[in-house]
Amino acid sequence: MRRTIVSGVLALAALGLGTAAIAADDEPALKEQHWHFKGPFGTYDRAAAQRGFQVYKEVCSACHSLNLLSYRNLEELGLTENQVKGIAAEFQVPDIGDDGSAIERPARPSDRFKKPFPNELAAAAANGGKAPPDLSVIIKARSGGPDYVYSLLTGYVPYDKLTPEQIKEFRVSKDDNFNLYYPGHRIAMPPPLADGKVQYVDGTKNTLDQQVRDVVEFLTWASDPHLEARNRTGIRVILFMLAFAGLMYAVKRQVWADQH
Amino acid sequence: MASQHGAPPVFNNKVVAWIDHRLPIFSYLEKEYHTFPTPKNFNYFWNFGAIATVMLVLMIVTGIVLAMNYTPNSELAFDSVERIMRDVPSGWLIRYMHMTGASFFFAAVYVHIFRGLYYGSYKAPRELLWMLGVVILLLMMATAFLGYVLPWGQMSFWGATVITNLFSAIPVVGDSIVTWLWGGFAVDNPTLNRFFALHYLLPFIIVAVVALHVVALHVHGSNNPLGIDPKGPQDTVPFHPYYTMKDGFGLSVFLIIYAGFVFFAPNSLGEPVNYVQANPLVTPNEIVPEWYLLPFYAILRSIPDKLGGVIAMFGSIALLFVLPWLDTSRVRSCTFRPIYKWFVFLLVIDVLVLGYCGAHPPEGGFVIASRLATIYYFFHFLVLLPILGKIERPLPLPPSIADAVLKKKAV
Amino acid sequence: MVATGAMAAVGAIATAWPFINNLNPAADTLALSTIEVNVKPIAVGQAITVKWRGKPVFIRHRTEEEIKEAEAVKLSDLPDPATDDSRVTDTAKKVRREWLIVVGVCTHLGCVPLGTKPGDPRGEFGGWFCPCHGSQYDTSGRIRKGPAPRNLLVPDYLFTSDTLVKIG
Repeated sequence: MRRTIVSGVLALAALGLGTAAIAADDEPALKEQHWHFKGPFGTYDRAAAQRGFQVYKEVCSACHSLNLLSYRNLEELGLTENQVKGIAAEFQVPDIGDDGSAIERPARPSDRFKKPFPNELAAAAANGGKAPPDLSVIIKARSGGPDYVYSLLTGYVPYDKLTPEQIKEFRVSKDDNFNLYYPGHRIAMPPPLADGKVQYVDGTKNTLDQQVRDVVEFLTWASDPHLEARNRTGIRVILFMLAFAGLMYAVKRQVWADQH
Repeated sequence: MASQHGAPPVFNNKVVAWIDHRLPIFSYLEKEYHTFPTPKNFNYFWNFGAIATVMLVLMIVTGIVLAMNYTPNSELAFDSVERIMRDVPSGWLIRYMHMTGASFFFAAVYVHIFRGLYYGSYKAPRELLWMLGVVILLLMMATAFLGYVLPWGQMSFWGATVITNLFSAIPVVGDSIVTWLWGGFAVDNPTLNRFFALHYLLPFIIVAVVALHVVALHVHGSNNPLGIDPKGPQDTVPFHPYYTMKDGFGLSVFLIIYAGFVFFAPNSLGEPVNYVQANPLVTPNEIVPEWYLLPFYAILRSIPDKLGGVIAMFGSIALLFVLPWLDTSRVRSCTFRPIYKWFVFLLVIDVLVLGYCGAHPPEGGFVIASRLATIYYFFHFLVLLPILGKIERPLPLPPSIADAVLKKKAV
Repeated sequence: MVATGAMAAVGAIATAWPFINNLNPAADTLALSTIEVNVKPIAVGQAITVKWRGKPVFIRHRTEEEIKEAEAVKLSDLPDPATDDSRVTDTAKKVRREWLIVVGVCTHLGCVPLGTKPGDPRGEFGGWFCPCHGSQYDTSGRIRKGPAPRNLLVPDYLFTSDTLVKIG
């Protein structure tokens, strides 16, 4: 029994070390936020995600693709079929005509989100040599997930607010964009958001913080659309398994009764 | 230990009897999994063989279903996995089960191996059983490595590059071998395609070796925590219902922890950077394998010479094959080896230290720690075991299992 | 003991279900299971082909002549009897005689019949002609001559407006 506990602990320690060992960072600690979707009972705040979609559409989509999502996915955020059709139709997407020539036509809900650039090379050429990353799974692709993206988007420091030590240590010039949370601190993307940049239709106050929180909510949904189903199913499975394990233990004790 | 040879079972059901007369699967099951005499003093460590088998089946089932939607082409692989996660019904669940299942399969096997080390299950007459187990471990490691490449993320690509490049350490033919492995001049589409074919194949080879492993087990029966052979029916119980039910319980508990990870922390055991599509022109800051390969990765990096590191890494597993002959003790179980048992715990800590070092870049304190840990690992098997077996004074063994059980309180 | 067995059975079925459901059509396949076609650009006497669920669908804007021809046919002359009206009714039970919508797959062995593009042979009955084994369809897409056993299939469709039809 004692041995079981000892090695149970060791096994869990191994798993835990595996998890912890992966994240090693000299950067300032991320600004941890309270998110609606965190935890086993987390759900998406659909209003926030819709506002976040607006932020993506009006600001981010100029440079960042969202390749893995289709317009029809927006129905999961609470938009109606007609709204989604309308949004899709705003965009012209490339296609092949009946005579085989390249054409552009309005997007349908079944189409993937329109790409801002036709391919990686064009994206890099238009952005100083480095293509802006696709945002479909950005939350899962960065250590710290939503907290990282939040910290990054709110972590810009203007040149005139930097200390001389920072300027010297990180070799910052006036043309660089300094971000506290980006590895190496000099990020190619200028601050994309500011107070009042996106006009919300539902009247929510459009501070920088609100816009960032909303776009993070949207991007987290984009990275993990099945989070709510996953949490729901997980709770049911764990409860079922706990009950079942309890029953199995009772059966085991009953079977072994004559041996004890 | 002699198996009970009673009269062949008689089946009341006519259909069953008809089949059994022509292909005795039912008699086989009856003998090997029902009445099979099993030591009555197993602790919960003995659950893990069954747990590992369940995980193997789970990995194969989830894998086949994933393969129905996965495309092994470097342009399409990453997107096909994301399509599984988003559009395919329950795809996200099956993908997370497969990903997490690999970790839990290894966790179960590592606990299973620890049981073998601690209780001397590798000693005569179970040497071949142990060696088959090491073969299974090697096949698992190969399968896991191949599988990790398939999503074609940054870590998939760069992990494949690093590990396949190891073979260039082989003198004279090394570079040709690497080109042959790659099917080109770098890890690319040909490599991915063949890795998929092999990843699909290897698990079925694992099944075959597991079958041999179990057949070998049943020749002499299981070891037990005391390490002494059963002397008669007073020392054993029939496998069913005693151990079928106990295994069922242990499995349920294991699956609860598994479900916890699948549903609530599915990406905690992985690397975020693998959600970035593979880019041959950009290397991630750190290239690390999955946690279950970290100790071997640490051994590889601890030797400053490339060929030396490769030899050390493969050597660390190769020496497991000869473990039954390295251990000179006449006593099986560490229960009765008061000195050696502490070294077994030390070995576990050593492997954990190696794993921790493997997860970090090889600089500063990690270099020293991984070198010391590697030295201890080899010292433990090649020096300590043979010597200690001869000089250690074991505790007196109980006369029989039944005696020892009667003296103990039930768990 | 029995309760445990029952629970195990429930658990097994609950576990098996996602795997079986996994093989059902995925969301992106389902998204293409209906299409909307704007029929405004199709002039009278013209026909177009659209792709629906991986198959060609013919949409013909019938002339008055073609409609009269289709209605005049005696049911006893048809190998697969069906009234013309029944073949131009949408799922809201509205009849639009000028629009014939049929799946362009010959009911014999699956070739795509000719007759949609201008200049295509239409066979003796003014509808479609299948070049593979000579099946001939009339202006209602019904089989008249040749080895095909059934009329060209009419999919479920709904006119959401006078110019927009949703197929599937």
